[in-house]
Amino acid sequence: MPAGDLAVLVEIDEEIGPALSQRLRALEALASREIAGITETVPSFRALLVYYDPRLVSYPQLCAAIAERLPRASAAVLPATRLIELPCCYRDPELGFDLDQVAARLGLSVHELIRLQTSVDYLVYFIGFAPGQPYLTGMPERLAIARLETPRTKTPQGSVGIGGTQCCVYSVESPGGFWVLGRTPVKLYDPQASEPVLLRPGDCLRFVEIERREYDRIAAAVAARAYRVRIA
Amino acid sequence: MIEILDAGPQTTVQDLGRCGQLRSGIPPSGAMDRFAFVVANRLAGNGDTAAALECTLLGPRFAVATTCAIAVTGAAMPIAVNGVEAPAWTTLVLHPGDVVKLGSARAGLRAYVAFGGGLDVPLALGSRATYLRGGLGGLHGRSLKKGDRLNIVRCCVPARRRVRRDALPSYPSEVSLRAILGPQHDRFTAAGIAAFCSGAYELLPQSDRMGVRLRGERIEHARGHDIVSDGIALGSVQVPGDGQPIVLMADRQSTGGYTKLATVCSFDIGRLGQLRPGQRVRFSPVSIDEAHRLLRASDEALTRLTLEEIA
Repeated sequence: MPAGDLAVLVEIDEEIGPALSQRLRALEALASREIAGITETVPSFRALLVYYDPRLVSYPQLCAAIAERLPRASAAVLPATRLIELPCCYRDPELGFDLDQVAARLGLSVHELIRLQTSVDYLVYFIGFAPGQPYLTGMPERLAIARLETPRTKTPQGSVGIGGTQCCVYSVESPGGFWVLGRTPVKLYDPQASEPVLLRPGDCLRFVEIERREYDRIAAAVAARAYRVRIA
Repeated sequence: MIEILDAGPQTTVQDLGRCGQLRSGIPPSGAMDRFAFVVANRLAGNGDTAAALECTLLGPRFAVATTCAIAVTGAAMPIAVNGVEAPAWTTLVLHPGDVVKLGSARAGLRAYVAFGGGLDVPLALGSRATYLRGGLGGLHGRSLKKGDRLNIVRCCVPARRRVRRDALPSYPSEVSLRAILGPQHDRFTAAGIAAFCSGAYELLPQSDRMGVRLRGERIEHARGHDIVSDGIALGSVQVPGDGQPIVLMADRQSTGGYTKLATVCSFDIGRLGQLRPGQRVRFSPVSIDEAHRLLRASDEALTRLTLEEIA
């Protein structure tokens, strides 16, 4: 489906989930590597937006070249998944300001809430909405909670929140309807860094609980550009 | 060196934008009116991608410390060099201590000031363009302010040239934009699509480098205005629940969850970037083949554009 004169939206009509996400990223990798004239690509839940230069490849040629690669679009063409550990401070009223209220609403102890939230690896489906902002999937069902009735006008950068069936990390300060459980001192977006965006589509994300003292230590190291995120 | 004496409401350093970062949520940014931007660079003796200033509605006042060449194009802002009127779309040679002032735009919204040699700000992800919301690129990722100083990469003074009068673009108060229907036009009623294709839409003051907000005849959805988020192309016409279109521009978010009825063609984006609040747009649908023919024609027009030497 054309998206203007410089882009085409490739949609795969399958159930949204990790398998489809992997297929889209594999298609993205194949297309970017092999089809001349593609300028950039943006994966999302069910689609891949392919930007191209029509001076280098015609629309029918491009569509045919993409369709031809669909059957080969599997995990085999993707690089190994990165596992990224994100330190997060929960038990601090300044950082995890909704923690107690969420625990009460979900009928969980604070301890159990943090245990559940840190017990799984989240998949970065894609990056969107704001610079470096990941769309994460994989949150335990037990943590599903209606979003805030009145969204906040400002949520601090680094806030780790939950809402609906989703977990999120705010890459920049922005409005939002998520309940904030804690905050990571790591910046998912830092315009001053040589690589401003930490996460990539397809990464796995794991939260690791830290105490306030450790949070402050890491935050200072991040500010001094002396901190390295653990990537496995 | 250039010193900013008054910045104007929104003066930023731009080039032709960064490529390949949308998958990280970072938009291309870059000049909103590429034609005017490229011509300013050519008049200043630069390659098309050199960094230059984009000035919005009201221009800046600045002083230069060295002999250099500049060219002002785009919106019709009165130009004064040391208080003496100077022509737009023309190479101007400045001397140390000269003060240039750009006034309030009489037509169009965005003017460009290119400097012979190009503006020297650090590359951020391969581009010097300012992305305001992300605080990236340009001068410290922000609009210029009084007292800012900018260097020129390799100051050069080219032969003086100007654009022929008959090749100057006009900035009318109503523009017609060519658009390709889709990707989600099947989510709208026939009446909704007809309204979009026939009505005039007024540009609202909340418009910015991210998106142009319009108001006009309501565009009716057939079923729901939300979709699972997908990528947003340059020129995407997003229609939220209120039925009023928003055209996504150079600083757009990379993905979004509203239905997109159509996409404005790349070669018409610059004309939309020159429209002011209260002015109007109409949309005319074209096929993809037609759009690509028009794109080639627009490329050729820029290639053929001859700049006449000034004796």
